[in-house]
Amino acid sequence: MTSSLRLRAGIVSIALLAAFLGIWHLATRSTAPVATMSPEYAKLMGLTATQGKSAMPGPLDVGAKLWEHLKRPFYDNGPNDKGLGIQLGYSIARVGMGYLLAVLVAIPLGFLIGMSPLLSKALDPFIQVLKPISPLAWMPLALYTIKDSSISAIFVIFICSIWPMLLNTVFGVASVRKEWINVARTLEVGTLRRAFTVILPAAAPTILTGMRISIGIAWLVIVAAEMLVGGTGIGYFVWNEWNNLSITNVIIAILLIGVVGMLLDQILARFTRMVTFPE
Amino acid sequence: MSMFDNPFDPDRHLRAGCACGQHQSAVEHEQAALRCEPVESEEKRYEGVVASAVMRAMFPQDVARRAFLKSVGASTALAALSQFFPIKAATEVFAQTGAPEKKDLKVGFIPITCATPIIMAAPLGFYAKHGLNVEVVKTAGWAVIRDKTINKEYDAAHMLAPMPIAISLGLGANAIPFAVPAIENINGQGIVLATKHKDKRDPKDWKGMKFAIPFDYSMHNYLLRYYLAEHGIDPDTDVQLRSVPPPEMVANLRADNIDGFLAPDNICQRAIYDGVGFMHLLSKEIWDGHPCCSFAASKEFITTAPNSFAALTRAIVDATAYASKAENRKQIAEAIAPANYINAPVTVLEQVLTGTYADGLGGVKTDAKRVDFDPFPWQSFAVWMLTQMKRWGQIKGDVDYKAVAEQVYLATDTKKLMTEMGLTPPATAYKSFAVMGKNFDPAKPEDYVASFKIRKAS
Repeated sequence: MTSSLRLRAGIVSIALLAAFLGIWHLATRSTAPVATMSPEYAKLMGLTATQGKSAMPGPLDVGAKLWEHLKRPFYDNGPNDKGLGIQLGYSIARVGMGYLLAVLVAIPLGFLIGMSPLLSKALDPFIQVLKPISPLAWMPLALYTIKDSSISAIFVIFICSIWPMLLNTVFGVASVRKEWINVARTLEVGTLRRAFTVILPAAAPTILTGMRISIGIAWLVIVAAEMLVGGTGIGYFVWNEWNNLSITNVIIAILLIGVVGMLLDQILARFTRMVTFPE
Repeated sequence: MSMFDNPFDPDRHLRAGCACGQHQSAVEHEQAALRCEPVESEEKRYEGVVASAVMRAMFPQDVARRAFLKSVGASTALAALSQFFPIKAATEVFAQTGAPEKKDLKVGFIPITCATPIIMAAPLGFYAKHGLNVEVVKTAGWAVIRDKTINKEYDAAHMLAPMPIAISLGLGANAIPFAVPAIENINGQGIVLATKHKDKRDPKDWKGMKFAIPFDYSMHNYLLRYYLAEHGIDPDTDVQLRSVPPPEMVANLRADNIDGFLAPDNICQRAIYDGVGFMHLLSKEIWDGHPCCSFAASKEFITTAPNSFAALTRAIVDATAYASKAENRKQIAEAIAPANYINAPVTVLEQVLTGTYADGLGGVKTDAKRVDFDPFPWQSFAVWMLTQMKRWGQIKGDVDYKAVAEQVYLATDTKKLMTEMGLTPPATAYKSFAVMGKNFDPAKPEDYVASFKIRKAS
């Protein structure tokens, strides 16, 4: 039953993709009327103007370009032009750094706050205010105070990805079942040991869920941050190609951003499954 | 006489009849003032400069020198002179400058053709020639380039000509002393309108339209405001001006979010290339020879690494001189088009740099001076920009035009460097010029501001 469901879902997925590509292809075929112009004028103009070619590339253009990129992902033509593999590497490294810092701060802090109902009530308004701030709003402030654009980008990832983890840790720690803590108390388990052997395993699934939300946010943020500070990374690639109005490359970048984001999410989903326990 | 003339030519006058004393005639002086003339080899150029200085010192009377040269001949004269004056050695000493304190430099740029000298100096080897290893880094926007230069991530950067003035005055940023040793380009901007406005060529019909400019502290902003105001349109109330990063302009024009823009080139030509707009007016028709972008560095960098700064300025001046020659423009277009630099189709850059371009209305136009390159940082340019900042309310209260101009635009230092390089800088740092037929006198900036009917009430 489940295998046939999976099969049917797969067929529907492929049919949807095919329909999407088909509509895309039809919609971007050149249909605009071609204006008559002298050949010497036409030589100076782009294909959009001379052949009525749609400004939006079709799926075939994107596929061809994607193949070109995949063939040589690690070329390096100088500081402003590097292969997609290198750009993605820079972005993942930045996300990794900012995210790791956020983990190191959020989980211990969340633990402390979660174990004290007073603190968790007192800090809640601050967290709620800071949580919804967009990365682009942090950027000028970071650039101005940190005075270094690459550290600013990491800081922005840190500050944006810390909140879901912090909130989930607080929630997870605070909602460990009272009986378990009471049992530990009756057996005279010390505070530290109680935290590590009772509370941590109990709260782990919730904490991991927070981490999973955070990695998604960190990956969302990096593209915006890199578009702003430039230099390297997939966000810079998008900006650089937009500068040249190369929609084809922008679409390829969007595709790759999606794929990498999905992979990051899958990795954390696997971790979550590892720590989940049946009650 | 010009710096590059042969001092051993008996028919040449060493002292001559123009204002600065470096040219044969007033006409030649004017020409030289507008353009720098690169010479075949650096060494030759230096040697000529040294030799002419020696000849001038030996024969203060032009007549005596000419008689001497006529009687012995130029080569004998050179040999005789070398006997007691080591011209070769003197040339070497003269050409030698202090070793740069810092060789590996980072220079930021915005991917537009205004940055041509800064960009091309990397692939064409001008930085290397002056002993520097420069990485040119593409940057996302003017505010970012400003912050990165202030934060010292960049040693120097490509900035809009009014930006270093604004930064030094603390407008839109903390006041940090900045300086401009060289102007990047003159002319090379344009007003582009959406194709649907092709019958609305009279600015009087533009009420209610939306225009994009690259930055508030830009020549684009001042030129567009000036142009509109001259046609009776108040840029603050009759139209909407939006600050939009150049790459977004074409996309916005296509999406019908704006009606037109006054933008740096390759963006103008790009809009035409993609069939979304047409060239209404080249900026040179508003003010022929106006500055646009500048090469800027913080005063701190200049004082901590004066030799690096001098070498950098020399490389830029050198590249600018090379770019000013029409026959080099095609090669430059190809050098700066790749994704590592401007990242634009070669055809577009070629149309901008060679001045033979499609106007977007089906015609091909030619204007060799559509964009030009002249490094000299005229202080009168700075005064004009200050008058416009005042006119449009960016500067409140009084301002010492001359002091600011002289502090930011390093005409004296550049003049010295250019002379050392054997180029011919103009004799003064102020010149008057006309913007849309109205004369500007740098000595009377207050009167100039007051003479405009349309301006922001202060």
